[in-house]
Amino acid sequence: MMKKLMKGKAIKFALTASVAAAALSITGCGETEASKGIEPKLYTDSLFAVMKADRTNYTKYIIKRLGPNGVGAIKPDEHWQDIENGALLPAQMFRAGAEAVAEMTDKFTYSLQSNWPINSQNAPKTAVEKEGLDFIAANPGENFYGEETLGDTTYFTAVYPDVAVSEACTSCHNKHKDSPKTDFKIGEVMGGVVIRVPL
Amino acid sequence: MKKWLWIFWVLITLSVTGFYGYKMTLDEDKSELLIGDATHGHFQIELACESCHTEPFGGQEVIQTACTNCHQQELKDAHDSHPKKKFTDPRNADLLQVIDARYCVSCHTEHQEEQTQDMGLTLPTDYCFHCHQSVGEERPSHKDLPFDSCASSGCHNYHDNKALYESFLVANSGGEWIKHLDEINANRPAPNAAASIAPELIAPELIASKFIASKLIASESAVTEKASSAINALFAEKMAEHPDINNHWQASAHEQAGMSCGGCHLTGASTNEQTSLAAAWIEKPGVEQCQSCHQKEAKGFLEGKHGMKLAQGYIAKISEMSSEHSGLSFSELVQDNQHGCNSCHGAHSFDTKYAATEACLSCHTDEHSQNFNTSPHALLKDNVLEGSLAAASQVTCATCHLPRVKEKQAGTEVVRVEHNQNLNLRPNEKMIRSVCMDCHNLEFSIDALADETLIQSNFNGKPGKHIESIDWALKRDQKKAKKE
Repeated sequence: MMKKLMKGKAIKFALTASVAAAALSITGCGETEASKGIEPKLYTDSLFAVMKADRTNYTKYIIKRLGPNGVGAIKPDEHWQDIENGALLPAQMFRAGAEAVAEMTDKFTYSLQSNWPINSQNAPKTAVEKEGLDFIAANPGENFYGEETLGDTTYFTAVYPDVAVSEACTSCHNKHKDSPKTDFKIGEVMGGVVIRVPL
Repeated sequence: MKKWLWIFWVLITLSVTGFYGYKMTLDEDKSELLIGDATHGHFQIELACESCHTEPFGGQEVIQTACTNCHQQELKDAHDSHPKKKFTDPRNADLLQVIDARYCVSCHTEHQEEQTQDMGLTLPTDYCFHCHQSVGEERPSHKDLPFDSCASSGCHNYHDNKALYESFLVANSGGEWIKHLDEINANRPAPNAAASIAPELIAPELIASKFIASKLIASESAVTEKASSAINALFAEKMAEHPDINNHWQASAHEQAGMSCGGCHLTGASTNEQTSLAAAWIEKPGVEQCQSCHQKEAKGFLEGKHGMKLAQGYIAKISEMSSEHSGLSFSELVQDNQHGCNSCHGAHSFDTKYAATEACLSCHTDEHSQNFNTSPHALLKDNVLEGSLAAASQVTCATCHLPRVKEKQAGTEVVRVEHNQNLNLRPNEKMIRSVCMDCHNLEFSIDALADETLIQSNFNGKPGKHIESIDWALKRDQKKAKKE
């Protein structure tokens, strides 16, 4: 009886091993490393790179070229939907991207937050968000990484500095009647991009 | 337990299971399965279970898809302030424990008559508190306001804040309560200024199949000469039988557009066969015939309360609209009338002036409707009909509830009537931008729509309420200007 059981287990193991080997060979790599997937930090760093590049390009090639300081073909405005030729402000474009992504996948989420938000709903809420935003403000050029459990899911949470790159960023925030801070300067950290990946 | 008790229990169980199984699967009348009356928004289709319960199993996501199938565009047009995508971020996980705002039914649960409030809301009205409790600290003007007052008329709306957001209030503050006539006439789409369907927008194959008469039928029409003469003979016969109808039609926009009898009364099928003409004749054309040309009007009609029952395949009578759940009252004289395009437009005459007011008042007997004829708005309409005012100055029931909208169709700007009255009715702040501000300033519009007594009198007087939102917005604006 025992022998029969052992024999059965041996067959099961052999089958499992051959299926696993077949799976690895199908993927074409055969390396154990590949089955682990990408590291969360590398994943969020890469996502941030794409986000930052797109945002910079939108600001540089669309808003600056076509906006009031360029040919004046579009009107970047907070209430862009209500204005003829209205265009999203760069921060709104970023949020619109985050919302569109949320409709497509739940594999990651991202948001733009600040300790001095124009909309108080965009202030840090979780302990990791608060710690991360304080860290990137106190340590220019550095990112913050942490883990947190929200609801019943644990997340890898990365916070990246959002720096004032042009006069348009600082003047808009400094003049806005809902802004809690009115002395932003170019090069200063105005907030952070928070990227979450469920673990 | 005794044997007979077991037998009795099995029989009862089988009977109950069989009865409900039959009701669920085979019987068309599902009323026995209704777990509670539907809200005023859905009661007309409460027995068309599958319109919301599109799949027997599937839970919340299935219901959510049903909600968005009907309401998604409306929310998009309203620049929905609280779309689902705002709540899917994990940072809101704690908030979703209180109200799961990703799903419509979290706030609008159906079949809960006892706890249903205005707008089909089934939550306590202070729901804003859960996310916005710090508003009093940020806005001194809001410090002592109760949270069940946030969504009162003229302040905030959970979904549609297009006429209520702060910059809009500031930008549109001031001005006389009523605008100058020249400005009004310039602002508003003139009645009948443009046809809602331009001939060039109708597909050639549709023209041929619908027998739109000689003015529109091109020589290359698929209609043969033989069939054409048979059709003309049939029309002549019908016109001779019904001289009154013929007179009505000759004075109608259909005649002017070259739309003859067959456009509505003949199906496109088998019309080249002389012998099958009689079979192809439709005695009483319905929405299907109207919508083959008036697609957008029919779409709006079927999406609104007048047509939503028809959209589910029910032949609706006025009495079926006048359920106590609708919150409206209707004339008993019309209870048995069927509801369709002709209910308001009348067959053959298609008089839009009648459709704009008298048709409404022939059914609607609530206080607001019955006060229309003595209202200042009615006076304007009468002056237009007498010729002492420009047509664009008139205000009818349709002006506010089924407004004319300008839009581009195939690159051409046309004026069409939005036949989904719900798009412009609930909450009533929806009317501010699309209708009220054509003639009135923002302050008057907000105050008037917040005054229920004034609404019931059909705006016979000035608002007895004042909503302070514009005052607060201006104060904050001035304070900011002073700092600079």
